[in-house]
Amino acid sequence: MNGTPWWRDRRVLPWLLQAVVGLAVLVLVALLMTNLVRNLSAAGLLLSWRWLGQPAGFDLSETLLPFNASMPYGRALLAGLLNTLRVIVIALLGSSLLGALVGMAAFSRNGLLRGLARVYVEVVRNVPLLLQLLFWYFLVFLALPDGRAALQLPGLVLAKSGLYLAGFAGGSWQGPQLLNGSWQAPLQLSVEFGALLTGLITYIGAFIAEVVRGGIASVPRGQWEAAGSLGLHGVATLRHIVLPQALRVIVPGLTNQYISLAKASSLALACGFTDLYSVAETTLNQTGRAVEVVLVLLAAYLAIDLLISAAMNGLNRLVQVRER
Amino acid sequence: MGTPSFPAKRLPVAALLPLKRLRAQLAPTVADGLLSLGLLALIAWAAVQLGGWAIGRADWAVLQLNSMLLLVGRYPLAEQWRLWLLGALLAAQAGLSWGLLRAWPRADRREQGQLWPRHDRIAAVLITLLALLLPAALGLAGALQGRWWLLAAVLLALRWAAGRWGPGLHRRTLKLLGLLWPLLYLLGFWLIGGGLGLAAVAPGEWGGLLLTLVMASFAMALSFPLGVLLALGRRSNLPLLRWGSVAYIEFIRGAPLITLLFIGQNILGFLLPASISPDRVWRAAWVLTLFAAAYLAEAVRSGLAAVPRGQLEAARSLGLNQAQALVTVVIPQALRVALPTMVGQFIALVQDTTLLSLIGLLDLLGMARGIMANPEFLGHSSELYLVLAVLYWSCCAALGLGSRALERRLDPRSLAGRP
Repeated sequence: MNGTPWWRDRRVLPWLLQAVVGLAVLVLVALLMTNLVRNLSAAGLLLSWRWLGQPAGFDLSETLLPFNASMPYGRALLAGLLNTLRVIVIALLGSSLLGALVGMAAFSRNGLLRGLARVYVEVVRNVPLLLQLLFWYFLVFLALPDGRAALQLPGLVLAKSGLYLAGFAGGSWQGPQLLNGSWQAPLQLSVEFGALLTGLITYIGAFIAEVVRGGIASVPRGQWEAAGSLGLHGVATLRHIVLPQALRVIVPGLTNQYISLAKASSLALACGFTDLYSVAETTLNQTGRAVEVVLVLLAAYLAIDLLISAAMNGLNRLVQVRER
Repeated sequence: MGTPSFPAKRLPVAALLPLKRLRAQLAPTVADGLLSLGLLALIAWAAVQLGGWAIGRADWAVLQLNSMLLLVGRYPLAEQWRLWLLGALLAAQAGLSWGLLRAWPRADRREQGQLWPRHDRIAAVLITLLALLLPAALGLAGALQGRWWLLAAVLLALRWAAGRWGPGLHRRTLKLLGLLWPLLYLLGFWLIGGGLGLAAVAPGEWGGLLLTLVMASFAMALSFPLGVLLALGRRSNLPLLRWGSVAYIEFIRGAPLITLLFIGQNILGFLLPASISPDRVWRAAWVLTLFAAAYLAEAVRSGLAAVPRGQLEAARSLGLNQAQALVTVVIPQALRVALPTMVGQFIALVQDTTLLSLIGLLDLLGMARGIMANPEFLGHSSELYLVLAVLYWSCCAALGLGSRALERRLDPRSLAGRP
């Protein structure tokens, strides 16, 4: 009609391209799914969730939920998920605190402190997390002495058998005590948990330190000087002038780091801590239900990521300075 | 915390006498002085402890006995000459590129025209020392030590030759030399894997640092084009492409790498027809590639967002079609902006290869854990961990340094003065 052949028509071409790509993806997915169904039915493993109710037959070393080997797989996975959440929450708080301190240390007047903060960040960020977790578990926590020789700090005892913290027990404050050669305390953590936490906090803390440093550096120097000439001292300047402005830059960066923390917690396996992933792997080895186990894993981590994103987006709205 | 110090503001201090300068750095106030003293004591204590351990208690025999295992794993002894040959070729190519980069005319450096600028002198001395001392310290056999010397000599000789005669070469010749890297890469795969006249060495036999580097470089090389395509797809006007890219990127970024590797090892077998069953190593390599591509796509997307829309429109109005405008105008600018983030992803990728040891592959970390499990070397894991940390740290720090150098060279302000 207008003389343009269809293969050069700009109204047709984009849709043609999309149709081709869409068709290719559809064919690929259909092929994969056919294979999946054929191979799974050949192995007698067609999708089913009944195994979740069968007794697990393995024990978990530390759980928030009471758990023993006669309880079902579903409960084992739930216990693993709770362990993962526990690690994420504590490591999130710890790494934020460490990151904030180190990030602010980058602006100290003290050259030595600045240098140390720099060295910490550069060393930790360039060594794989897995290696660091193995280091903390095998070389630090498992090398701790036990019994009377254990490392004793005020309110905290570090021993090979576990970490013992002071806390409220029976209405009164109690520190760790040595009873018959073994430590007792209101709060006890396993060395596996301690190693995982230490590793995650130091690793993510270094990244958060960079986020905080970048945020503070993004506040123009004139803001510090103006606050100083108004008579505010250092801490007050930071608290009232600089941090509110820096937070606008810091919070989006923090969101990324928190999500990568949640994903990094899946390396708990390396220090023998039973998180969701390690329970899932044991479950797979016992039941052979690879597809279902992976679906559970993906759904759980996706939910955690979305939860963190949603919470941080809320925080982000709070810290955005409303300009006219 | 007092008035913060900003790096750019330290100029007046730098002009003071050294002692005063030290005092301004370490003890501007009494409290800072005490803090500095405490930190110095802590550093000294740590240094004494570490030094005492390294000299006294550490037993480096575990490294001397296992150096080849850590480097190449269980690669057949009879075929290891191929790896040495590849090493020599890599050293030659690295020396050539290094020399030519220095010889390439540039406007941003005082060291223009010098054959050995200061940083290069330092690097050359370090390489020489490393090649001479490390193999000797490890107590390697004389023949092996000689090979390491040869590698270093090839590197430095070609660096010198390229720096000496590089400036005289035609610019087109220089550009052709850039094509040598991909060629060398393919040649490397042939030398490592065999086939076409060489005895085949199955991927299951690659190990140690060799496997780590092969995996990381494979994933880097392939995830780069994939990532650019995904980023373009995510910014496309075509809804199917856009939503497809978004779904892929967000799916991959929502899952921990270990679960994706888990899928690669346990589910991929169900998805593919029984006639195709890729090796475990290749499955992991593809998972790494697809994983890295999603993260790279996000880095490239931020770069694309930084290129003003007018660039594309100007290119189109000059008569370039959409593809030409993207390839020659938009993408180069986007990649320059995205470079630091992309290198950050590559560094993360090198670190992520350690996860291969969790699915039973013998990469550098997997090999080291295997050695630690050997009762013969019980109690000597500290030495291995330290060496591993240094190796990974050097790889990642080198990538970071290289990226910063590249960033300076690609800065439009330094390009403007080029002849």
